[in-house]
Amino acid sequence: MAKRIDVKDLNVYYGQFRAVEGVTMSIEARSVTAFIGPSGCGKSTFLRTLNRMHEVLPGTRVEGEVNLDGLDLYGKDVDPVAVRRTVGMVFQRPNPFPTMSVFDNVAAGLRLNGVKNKAELSESVERSLVGANLWNEVKDRLQKPGASLSGGQQQRLCIARAIAVRPQVLLMDEPCSALDPISTLAIEDLIHDLKNDYTIVIVTHNMQQAARVSERTAFFNIAGTGSPGRLIEMDSTATMFSSPSQQATEDYISGRFG
Amino acid sequence: MGSPHPDGGSTLLVPETARPEVPGPTRRPTRAKERLADRLFRRLTAGSAAFILVILVAIAMFLLDRALPAIYQDSTSFFTTRTWLPDGTPPVFGIAALTYGTLVTSVLAVLMAVPVAVGVALSVTSYVPRRAAQVVGYLVDLLAAIPSVVYGLWGLIFLVPAIGPLSKWLADYFGWIPIFTSQGIFGKSIFTASVVLAIMILPIIAAISREVFTQAPQSQKEAAYALGATKWEMIRTAVLPYARSGLISATVLGFGRAMGETIAVALVLSANYEINIHVLAPGGNTIAANIANTYGDAGKVGQGALIASGLVLFVITLIVNFGARAIVARNKDFRVSAA
Repeated sequence: MAKRIDVKDLNVYYGQFRAVEGVTMSIEARSVTAFIGPSGCGKSTFLRTLNRMHEVLPGTRVEGEVNLDGLDLYGKDVDPVAVRRTVGMVFQRPNPFPTMSVFDNVAAGLRLNGVKNKAELSESVERSLVGANLWNEVKDRLQKPGASLSGGQQQRLCIARAIAVRPQVLLMDEPCSALDPISTLAIEDLIHDLKNDYTIVIVTHNMQQAARVSERTAFFNIAGTGSPGRLIEMDSTATMFSSPSQQATEDYISGRFG
Repeated sequence: MGSPHPDGGSTLLVPETARPEVPGPTRRPTRAKERLADRLFRRLTAGSAAFILVILVAIAMFLLDRALPAIYQDSTSFFTTRTWLPDGTPPVFGIAALTYGTLVTSVLAVLMAVPVAVGVALSVTSYVPRRAAQVVGYLVDLLAAIPSVVYGLWGLIFLVPAIGPLSKWLADYFGWIPIFTSQGIFGKSIFTASVVLAIMILPIIAAISREVFTQAPQSQKEAAYALGATKWEMIRTAVLPYARSGLISATVLGFGRAMGETIAVALVLSANYEINIHVLAPGGNTIAANIANTYGDAGKVGQGALIASGLVLFVITLIVNFGARAIVARNKDFRVSAA
């Protein structure tokens, strides 16, 4: 069910401002790919083009191709809604729906897809919560508000919500940046389990995290404020953290800037 | 405040055991000195809060003081009588018909205004491009700036004759619903008054709805989009639940305005004191309009009777407001915090 992504010469704009320029990369199926780079380098913006989330903000646009197993997500006949059902997303801050229970949060995507059958919903909710390593903690309080869980649990709830609709790809935008180290560890373990079934792309500011969870790493950078972000290099994570080919990558990884 | 202690609050920094034994009142733990600006501000805000209470009590006292003597003079039951002849001998008056007219016109007005207002608010916050949305927003606000007497005159001169076809259409196709059954077509009906009221309360409901819709957090909207929600599904999942309590407040505010609206209704309705479930039929009256129409000619009992009716309006409004609060407070666990 996981799919590979091939990006060809992608430019991303906010109004007249070009935020990301000329990105070409391949993301392998059933693997974890990490995006690293200093703040403002466009890695999150780029991530958001992979499920056409970028365009929900007014005045934004994208040039280039994002191919999901050969299908261009920006093709003329492609419905962004269908894209987002295929490419799920987890955000920086846990954002469960505050008016919904734990159960309803996980079921939200299924209900949007027209699943009404109670047994089917319960089965999917349980499977997703188990998949997100949260089932044992919440199975006795499925009807409690999603917002009553701890931050780390909320983030796993959001992951359960995202995988409930069985996406092909899971995008994670700094999923641990609002969490404590123990919750972070729980999410990282989860990422490890999830990559058997999903193609995972994770943006992170934490280089140890990138080194721990990912097989491949992409480094983004900007020349200066106001200039667009670019992909500097992308390689296997081991190579990136031991012998990167670009000086900028080495400087960033060794902590000389950023 | 104004501690007599010689070295102010600094004793607190000295450990308890190391502090020298000082005799007398200075031994009391000193309170941190409140700054002048804080003190002024606290008093100002406390004063404002108290002022509201004073006004509320004063109004209630005034209403009771004038209303009770008149109600004692009433020769029938104040709450169930329809007739309004407070200056007759003996005085015969009751607020049954007036309360009925007030509630029916207001409920109908809310039923008509809320869907339109919410639609306007949703379209300007979610669908229309920003530039156009601003223009629509200004136009809706402009509706709120029109004085109510102008609405009344417009209702009387334009709407009363013009509403005929709409009333006829309702009577022809929905006449099987009792409230729309009608013998003939009449402009000066409860229905016409409701339409005028609906237009009058539209801007306030639309403005508040727009405000609560824009406050729905982007993170919630994106959460819905990320699950593959269409725009409408996103609104249903992330915006409407978030806005629910705000929408209830907006509705109640509109309802309150509709119940209290005086001059526009007074101009549009041809007053009588009947309880008629057929809203397209002529006649009907509301508490506020009745006060405006008859206060000038009322005698002593008549004035007291009108004030008593005002008191009833006051109580109804209070009940509606508390009811709305109860609805908003229900499901406290699921209340939306600023996410």
